[in-house]
Amino acid sequence: MTDVAETGFAIHPMDQFIVKPIFREIEPGTCVPAEDIYEGCIKWYEITNVTVWMALAVLAIVALMVFGSAGRATIPSRIQSVCEMIYGFIYKMVEDVTGHDGVKYFPYVMTLFLFILFSNLLGLLPMSFTTTSHVAVTVTLALLVFLGVTILGLVKNGIGFLGMFWVSSAPLALRPVLAIIEVISYFVRPVSHSIRLAGNLMAGHAVMKVFAGFASMAVISPVAVGAVTAIYGLELLVAVVQAYVFTILTCVYLKDAVGGAHH
Amino acid sequence: MATEAHEAAAGAAAHGAGQSAGMPQLDTTTYINQIVWLLVALVVIYLVLRLVALPRIGGVLAERSSTITKDLAAAEELKQKAVAAEKAYNEALAKARDEAGKIVAKAKAEIQADLDAATAKADVEIGAKVAESEARIAEIRAGALDSVTEVAKDTAKEIIAALGGKADARSVTAAVNARLKG
Repeated sequence: MTDVAETGFAIHPMDQFIVKPIFREIEPGTCVPAEDIYEGCIKWYEITNVTVWMALAVLAIVALMVFGSAGRATIPSRIQSVCEMIYGFIYKMVEDVTGHDGVKYFPYVMTLFLFILFSNLLGLLPMSFTTTSHVAVTVTLALLVFLGVTILGLVKNGIGFLGMFWVSSAPLALRPVLAIIEVISYFVRPVSHSIRLAGNLMAGHAVMKVFAGFASMAVISPVAVGAVTAIYGLELLVAVVQAYVFTILTCVYLKDAVGGAHH
Repeated sequence: MATEAHEAAAGAAAHGAGQSAGMPQLDTTTYINQIVWLLVALVVIYLVLRLVALPRIGGVLAERSSTITKDLAAAEELKQKAVAAEKAYNEALAKARDEAGKIVAKAKAEIQADLDAATAKADVEIGAKVAESEARIAEIRAGALDSVTEVAKDTAKEIIAALGGKADARSVTAAVNARLKG
């Protein structure tokens, strides 16, 4: 960031990700935990731009799913059709991937999908804040899935849940090695699950900001504006695809817990 | 100049994050706040979906599919009714045609019988009339022959008297008879 500033361009691609309180300014140097200075730090209950944009996502979801379906029409209106398509899409995904037993976790999967989808899409508005570009948010989401699946699997299948690490179709000599690999891959899941989402969104938004900064140079501004437009279209795709990917991976992980330990 | 810019940028970043410059994603002082609000948002969305939106949409979808199933069943039933009605109509038509044929045949037979009876009666009547007429013609002919003899005798007597002769009744009769035979 500082190197960019020295070249004379006003490009701060990471500034859009800064978490700030809404109702106060933080004085510089008032939050340095290393030196035990905490006065300026963001309190856990403070209303920040994260709060605002999460609240907007909640409102958008309520507007679509509650007010959109308020007509309860047998022949649906356009917005009700959208509700029903999202409902049918996620319901079918849960049913196809996790089987019939997984359907009772459908509301939770739907919650994750809608939250990520709307956070990603709202993040594409100019001047907005993308909550899902933050590792803290995506790691929490992924850990909820990981811990939920692990606890559910242990409660439902008991110690038999650990059988999924023991690949009984492989030759006996290979099984301990494979078990180690399986265990590692199991614990890497929340990492890849969360970093994929945050990394995609952060990189896309940062690249857009960089190109937008180049637009201030008259010579390359047409190229820069064209690039921003093209990347915006790509980011729109990424926003939806990443929500889909996160959701379907949740279903895949859920299947391990619900569908028993047979691989 | 460069140091100033460096300081300004660092200051700007610190000003926003309240901490040293770097990726805002790695600023751990904001984590608790983000996680708290994320959990609040997730709980709200979950409750809204679980209690209001999903049952409602699921209900609408179930109702629609049952309506469609019912309508299809009703349509199937109506179609079968239509087929049955068509069959009944065709049967009735065939029956009516059969009956009409029978009635026509019967009427024809009756008319034929009447006709035959009438013809026979007429034949008999005609036969009687013919016989009667023949009898009368024979009578008339016989009568006429007698009359001719009478007239011839009278005429012959008159002619003889006119010619001044004396008519012998017997010879005149004989002569006329001979002529009539000839």
